[in-house]
Amino acid sequence: MKFRHFALGAAAAVLAGATTLTAVPVQAQDTIYVPLLTYRTGPFANSGIPIADGMHDYLRMLNERDGGIGGARIVVEECETGYDTKKGIECYESTKGKGPVVYNPYSTGITLQMIPKATADKIPVLSMAYGLSASAKGNIFPWIFNPPATYWDGASVFIRHVAEQSGGLDKLKGKKIGLIHLDAPFGKEPIALLEALGKKYGFELKLYPVAASDMQNQGSVWLNIRRDRPDWIYNQGWGAMNPTAVKEAAKNNFPMERLVGVWWAGGDDDARAGGDAAKGYKSLNFHAAGTNFPVIQDIQKHVVDKGLSKAPKEKVGENLYNRGVYNSMLIAEAVRTAQKITGKKAINSEDMRKGLEALDITPARLKEMGMDGFAAPVKLSCDDHNGHNKVYVAQWDGTKWVKGSEWMDPMKDDVMPLIDTAAADYAKSNNWPARSEACQKGS
Amino acid sequence: MHSLYMVLIDPFVQMVSAPDLFLQTIWEGLVAGVLYALIALGFVLIFKASGVFNFAQGMMVVFAGLTLIAFQDLGVPAPLALILAVGVMYLMAVTIERTVLRPLVNQPDIILFMATFGITYILIGVGEMIFGGEPKDVNTKAFMLPQGSLEIPAFGGFVQLQKIDIAAAIIAALMIGALAFFFQKTRIGRALRAVADSHKAALSVGISLNQIWVIVWFAAGIVALVAGIMWGARSNVSFALQVVALKALPVLILGGFTSIPGAIIGGLIIGIGEKIGEFYWGPLMGGGIESWLAYLIALGFLLFRPQGLFGEKIIERI
Repeated sequence: MKFRHFALGAAAAVLAGATTLTAVPVQAQDTIYVPLLTYRTGPFANSGIPIADGMHDYLRMLNERDGGIGGARIVVEECETGYDTKKGIECYESTKGKGPVVYNPYSTGITLQMIPKATADKIPVLSMAYGLSASAKGNIFPWIFNPPATYWDGASVFIRHVAEQSGGLDKLKGKKIGLIHLDAPFGKEPIALLEALGKKYGFELKLYPVAASDMQNQGSVWLNIRRDRPDWIYNQGWGAMNPTAVKEAAKNNFPMERLVGVWWAGGDDDARAGGDAAKGYKSLNFHAAGTNFPVIQDIQKHVVDKGLSKAPKEKVGENLYNRGVYNSMLIAEAVRTAQKITGKKAINSEDMRKGLEALDITPARLKEMGMDGFAAPVKLSCDDHNGHNKVYVAQWDGTKWVKGSEWMDPMKDDVMPLIDTAAADYAKSNNWPARSEACQKGS
Repeated sequence: MHSLYMVLIDPFVQMVSAPDLFLQTIWEGLVAGVLYALIALGFVLIFKASGVFNFAQGMMVVFAGLTLIAFQDLGVPAPLALILAVGVMYLMAVTIERTVLRPLVNQPDIILFMATFGITYILIGVGEMIFGGEPKDVNTKAFMLPQGSLEIPAFGGFVQLQKIDIAAAIIAALMIGALAFFFQKTRIGRALRAVADSHKAALSVGISLNQIWVIVWFAAGIVALVAGIMWGARSNVSFALQVVALKALPVLILGGFTSIPGAIIGGLIIGIGEKIGEFYWGPLMGGGIESWLAYLIALGFLLFRPQGLFGEKIIERI
């Protein structure tokens, strides 16, 4: 009996000790708390793992190399969502009391749920190139940021690419363009824009939804594609859907150079799955892949080589790993900007919003960060929380992603009116409060 | 009027006007159906022996496939990796029998059913810890599985048969045949059927319930391994595959939970039915209907045969 009590006591002590050791400090002086909503498990883990690694490793590198950002160490806490909206909101609720400066939901479904919550709680949401396209309107969504481009920007760049390859926008008339997409909010996001562009330029849009339960069972979808014979296909896929789509395209002899994925369908594993036949597969991108950049080499030196990364060494520099690095760079630069504006080291979420609105990553700053040629400049403002920045088409050469086009501007003339309308509709239908936050001078 | 034409006439016009595509659809459905049948068989085996719907069967497919690939990644030659993976499935069967089934004997079926939920989540957690979350490719060359496709001219068009699909259909059919023979014609098979009919009667004639449970869980593990290899060779093995495996549910509703022929016929009906439905009627409803169409087909059958196609008709005096 005594032993039983002793064992229970010991177990309780160990548990209490473990909790103390792993607990995240609540906004202590000179620390900045950044929760990362990630998914290393579940059907979307193949896409989620490299991004989580890249995000973690960049912030860890800043801690190791520079002692944090502007003298404040970054405290990172990952919360596993499994790409499940319910779990994502649980993560939000369980961490928001710890003084987070920003949330990265990493799921359009979670972002949609988080928009009203984070707005009420006054915590910025950085849904980097995902989420609600309309949230680019800073005058309506002061707490939501989605740089460097919206899904509508992406889809318009795809159409621009098709037009360039076909000999001009006028050549789009009569073409058949397919959209194979995950049957979820993320997958459906570009439909509105593609329908509008279809009406304007005279191409026919064919939709091929893939249910989450059938991501690895796409036989019927590709039969439909074989029947419809679309000239080009845009792939708004995620997780296990992407490698299967590439494999099916190869099996069905669909010309790979006419299959273009959104930036989330550009994982190395996505393309690799198709073997030699996947050569030529394209994906939109807004940063480079590879390790040939000082920033990635610093991560290797200060994090990976010291055994502080969860990423296997050979995965460092892959496309989605670099996506995570890019995402964390945006966080870090917004923190730096907020520190400059407020003069504080340990900024809070309201300061972070100001930092995000004043974000201005110039070519000179990119060079300073070891990202020359890695990404295009990004500038946000009080009104524009996206930037609608340039995007390029990357192409799989059989072993790695290479640049397949020049940087292209989105078709802003077509995208912006839709964003204005969608944002106004959202505000109207959700009884959305008018913006009360003042804009910073010059932002 | 136009809508009625599109629903009731146009799909059949399409079938006649492009018969090559119709044949292709049937073929795709056949391959999917055989694989569904194989997965459903895993459920049937366990249900027959213990009256438990094993929710973990889908996860067993993923776990078995990932185990095999992990051994290969360690440099183990394919035949040995296969034997080791079978060994792991045996160990799993013994562990489940000792730690889950035996302590819960005589508990209501719903308790055992809930226990299989627990097994599922343990397998997910342990699997992700050991193998990681990334999808893994089956080394088809090492297993001498064919690659490429055959294009057979038909009706002015062509029907494309992936060689891996042909192999999957043949292997799944052989596997189903072997299991059917084993459980119908051998001593163990007869013991299994006795257990399925009455646990108490089986015990009274000296049949070891524990042994039978290990055997059926092991057999279900082997079925899961084969399903994992074949489905994995078509796409890859990832944790998303467990959801595909749940496609066996409508197969079971249709075929009956206790019938091996039911699993086979049910698998084929569901496989072919959902592909035809998605291809010819899906575009009318915005596509993506196959995820629920399978259940609609199964429930439609149930209206006429509540016990499923081959399930036992149970009449109870009240």
